[in-house]
Amino acid sequence: MIKITFIGPDGKKHETEAQEGMTLMEVALKNMVPGIEADCGGACACATCHVYVDADWVAKKPQLTQRSETEEDMLDFAFDVRDNSRLSCQIKVTDDMDGLIVHVPEQQG
Amino acid sequence: MSNAPVTCEALIIGAGPAGLFAAFQLGMAGVSSHLVDVLPHAGGQCAELYPQKPIYDIPAHPRITGAELTDRLLEQTRPFSPLFHFNERATSLRKLDNGRFGVEMDSGLAFEAAVVVIAAGGGAIQPKKPPLRGIEDYEGTSIFYAVKDKAAFAGEHIVVAGGGDSALDWAMELAPEAKSLTLLHRREQFRAAPASVRRMRQMVEAGRMDFRLGQLRQLIGENGQLRAVRAANGRESFEIPATRLLLFFGLTNKMGPLAQWGMEMQGGLIIVNTADFETSIPGIFAIGDACVYPGKLKLILSGFHEAALMAQKACRRVHPDEHHTFVHSTSSRLAHKPS
Ligand SMILES: Cc1cc2nc3c(=O)[nH]c(=O)nc-3n(C[C@H](O)[C@H](O)[C@H](O)COP(=O)(O)OP(=O)(O)OC[C@H]3O[C@@H](n4cnc5c(N)ncnc54)[C@H](O)[C@@H]3O)c2cc1C
Ligand code: FES
Repeated sequence: MIKITFIGPDGKKHETEAQEGMTLMEVALKNMVPGIEADCGGACACATCHVYVDADWVAKKPQLTQRSETEEDMLDFAFDVRDNSRLSCQIKVTDDMDGLIVHVPEQQG
Repeated sequence: MSNAPVTCEALIIGAGPAGLFAAFQLGMAGVSSHLVDVLPHAGGQCAELYPQKPIYDIPAHPRITGAELTDRLLEQTRPFSPLFHFNERATSLRKLDNGRFGVEMDSGLAFEAAVVVIAAGGGAIQPKKPPLRGIEDYEGTSIFYAVKDKAAFAGEHIVVAGGGDSALDWAMELAPEAKSLTLLHRREQFRAAPASVRRMRQMVEAGRMDFRLGQLRQLIGENGQLRAVRAANGRESFEIPATRLLLFFGLTNKMGPLAQWGMEMQGGLIIVNTADFETSIPGIFAIGDACVYPGKLKLILSGFHEAALMAQKACRRVHPDEHHTFVHSTSSRLAHKPS
């Protein structure tokens, strides 16, 4: 089991268990993490699944902040986009993500 | 709010493909309809999100765009003369003592309907709103998500936020009449058409408009009148004079108050039984993307099927004393009625 923690804008922690191959967005929906809306169901077409990768994890696994061109375009429709911003439907869970922490923004839209 | 409600047989909430075809199927079954939609036009997602994209999986239409499909559906409903109410968002519903339903719009417009058909898709399609404190106070006076009246922007300090085609097109269109116009976008790249980006850069170079890199942080003003916006680019924060702010961050769906009407729900969608698409409240039906049942596919095609079955049950509720027989459209006098 791969443990992934979503931290809400209020600081509330949502600990989840993920399986390899799921997207981070799917993990969030399955566990009813508030604040991940995913209007488009993972098609990288809505930017309502925005998260920030925790700073420690950016240092540990810099690939986590690599965004594709479509994802970068889609982030234009998100708010308060930062260097560690990602669309969670574009992150596939892998074994080495056990313990990953991501932060959910204040509002998706 | 004291206006008398509009009495109708069926009230269809949502004029997307499912709602439009419901008006047709209800018409075939002898039931007249009123349709409400928060958008200013019919067609739902097909018209609003992808009017020019071809759809390939509509039976007997190897290729049809979202806009064409909408036009055809409208034409198909015409013999039954459904009445459309656009720019109306359904917010509340209550069961009346006479067994009918009272449904109210946020404008105050009210309906009294024998049956309610929820064809609301993923919810009301509306622009995304940035999380800026006090934004509601300025909406409709200083802050807009679309340009309805260009004159309201003439002689103003305008800030346009966004990097897509709508943002660039409106920035360039409004700049000549503005006191100042600043396009605010988070990066140097734009998703807008390259030709528009080139034209925008030329206008910036010629001093006819400004471009600033950054994201909105704060609204500055009072009594619904915006004076400036504060934006930030990394650590650098700056103020831009703004008496008008246009926001282009795409669209989102919101089921909103409809989800609290008392029907049983699952994952934000309305649970229906697949024999007649009735919800847990008899007399309220749900079809299209708004409904859920085992095996549900969010396809236009499924919405059409759901509309047909819904109409068979709904007509019995609207006209309980009439004898209802199923007729093919080829033999129905109703569908042939000249419009
Ligand atoms: C990019 C894209 C491509 C697609 N391609 C295909 C395809 O190839 N084939 C296919 O079959 N499907 C496709 N779909 C899916 C298809 O568009 C939907 O399944 C279909 O639009 C659902 O129809 P609907 O009438 O149920 O809902 P919608 O089209 O979502 O319409 C619902 C309407 O209800 C209105 N509404 C909601 N709540 C309220 C309220 N409270 N008050 C007033 N109005 C309200 C909304 O504003 C909207 O206009 C695609 C979707 C997208 C986004
Ligand atoms: S779910 Fe829509 S962009 Fe990720």
